[in-house]
Amino acid sequence: MSGLSIHRKIEENTGLLIFGILFVSAIGGLVQLLPVLNQESLETATENSRLYNAVELTGRDIYIREGCHVCHTQQVRPLIAEVERYGPYSRADEFVYDRPFLWGSKRTGPDLHRLGGKFSDDWHRIHLIDPRAVVPNSIMPAYPWLDERPASAAGNITAKLRALSILGHPYTEDDINNAEADLEGVTEMQALIVYLQMLGTGYSEESGV
Amino acid sequence: MDQSSQNTYHDKVVIRLIQFSIFWAVAAMLAGVYLSAELVWPWIDFGQFWLSFGRLRPLHTNGIIFGFGVSALMATAFYSVQRTSHTPLFLPKLAWFCCWAWQLLVLLGGLSLLAGYTSAKEYAELEWPFDIVIAVIWVCFGVVFFGTIYNRKIKPIYISNWFYGALIIVIAMLHIVNNLAIPVTLGKSYSLYAGAQDAIVQWWYGHNAVGFLLTGGFLGMLYYFLPKHAERPIWSYRLSIVAFWAFVYSYIWAGPHHLHYSSIPEWVQSLGMVMSVILLAPSWATMINGIMTVSTAWEKLRTDPALKFIVLSLAFYGLATFEGPMMSIRSVNVVSHFTDWTIGHVHSGALGWNAMITYGTFYFMVPRLVGRELFSTQLANIHFWLALAGTMLYIMAMWAAGVSQGLLWLSVDQIGELSFSFKDIMASMTPYYVLRLVAGIIFLLGTVLMGYNLFMTLKGQHAVRVTAPPVNPAYGVS
Repeated sequence: MSGLSIHRKIEENTGLLIFGILFVSAIGGLVQLLPVLNQESLETATENSRLYNAVELTGRDIYIREGCHVCHTQQVRPLIAEVERYGPYSRADEFVYDRPFLWGSKRTGPDLHRLGGKFSDDWHRIHLIDPRAVVPNSIMPAYPWLDERPASAAGNITAKLRALSILGHPYTEDDINNAEADLEGVTEMQALIVYLQMLGTGYSEESGV
Repeated sequence: MDQSSQNTYHDKVVIRLIQFSIFWAVAAMLAGVYLSAELVWPWIDFGQFWLSFGRLRPLHTNGIIFGFGVSALMATAFYSVQRTSHTPLFLPKLAWFCCWAWQLLVLLGGLSLLAGYTSAKEYAELEWPFDIVIAVIWVCFGVVFFGTIYNRKIKPIYISNWFYGALIIVIAMLHIVNNLAIPVTLGKSYSLYAGAQDAIVQWWYGHNAVGFLLTGGFLGMLYYFLPKHAERPIWSYRLSIVAFWAFVYSYIWAGPHHLHYSSIPEWVQSLGMVMSVILLAPSWATMINGIMTVSTAWEKLRTDPALKFIVLSLAFYGLATFEGPMMSIRSVNVVSHFTDWTIGHVHSGALGWNAMITYGTFYFMVPRLVGRELFSTQLANIHFWLALAGTMLYIMAMWAAGVSQGLLWLSVDQIGELSFSFKDIMASMTPYYVLRLVAGIIFLLGTVLMGYNLFMTLKGQHAVRVTAPPVNPAYGVS
């Protein structure tokens, strides 16, 4: 039987065509995804992994809401220039609590994965309210509204921690019960800055990874 | 019902979808133009959260892909599947449901993005309630499409339907797997996958949303409308078969090239790179098939703006599907990754390929749908040159911006110190960003002209009643 006559069977049968497309397109995904989704080293916490506390998690969700990841990557590549510019390159075990991952695809502004501790809290606050006050040529948008909103307005923190517990993040009952109290008196601005200041600080040079 | 009305094609839903598609094209391109202006004058968001770059940009990409792109794909799929199957749409009411529900989804989804509800996954930003609605509409789309094919009066399923079929099946698979999440509230969920695993699942989706929606779906358009318009049969049927299955098989592997030098396993990066380079073969097989199909009809290009658009889109398709594999090679990617080169690459595909083939197809379909000449061929010709100029200027500005960004970021001096600060490199981008803004305005202007031209063509007209022609008994379903 020639190739064309085999193909005639497929192109004359709706069911075969549907099945054929599904089968042929699934192969690549299965080969790449299944091993990766079962690779423990990509999902197991190490000393480099840091669980986000209630304030940090709220800050991270504000980062997502404002689309910071649209212009900032969180992925330092293992290249001399990048390590010099930003710090140690990013390791897989640093991201095991990142849902979703925020590596980004476009670096309009600088990478932020090693941002933590590089600037003062005050610098961040001024920068977020008026970027050009501290970086004259900056093209970053201003985020004045963050200062006016309480962190508790950024979503139900108790429900968030519970959802993440289901996914295996090791929050204790105390963590969850105290979450709302942790956010009391904190603004969205402060929560975001707490997140920015902890970015990349979980990694220890001594870990040998 | 008498025999002839049972055999009448359902074209009103096609016209409505074309109108929506043009509306979203203008709206989403306007957002794009505004975004590019914000990169030149960052204060023009006026402190309004909904005009902020990080919220507006997903609206631009989603508006183009799901508003403009999917509406155009539904319109052309409904139009061509009836004509290649010699039978009216299966469940026409369900087709109307797909049409309206999809527009409502794009509208509300777009507003939710501006309100800050986002899953942060590129091209899958909409939160979980919208994801469920998308899945439902998509299944309905599949039922109408495959139901029509099942009812066909002609034995072979034509090539364009294989591509539309792949669009429907593979996008459903990708969409469901990538969006699996634990809901927290109506507007917030956490991905089922974390970190590096999430990244790989997302780019398996992200790359193949490009692959099966923006490439595969639009190839369906190409395989129907190009031969139809050139009045030539497809050059090689055999090559179409090989190109189709090679395309469906190899595209899906290419996602990891978005994650070079990241902390995903190296074998996944290398495999993604190799398969991306291999992908050049089926991509160009289709391009060659298309070019050879018009090769005896070049004289039509002189008079017919619609065919000009389609042929030019093939050239950009060839360019983008060459550039993509090159950018996936690790040593090229080290320069291009994270830069505006990527943005340029995306737009050589989105403007040069997707938008142009859609424009050509709309110019072809609308006059036929209402049985009237195009309102103005001259306007369509002006649109052609605006579209070409806008696309070229856009791509060249982003090439220049991206390559210099990439090289300057990596540049170190003799003793290994960084040569340039990030701030200085960023500030040096302004001229390119201004050029890109101009390019975007030119392209948008062309799209508005088309909207006017097609509006005037449609004005006061009703869909022509087209009935299925008799089937040649040699090919008929027994």
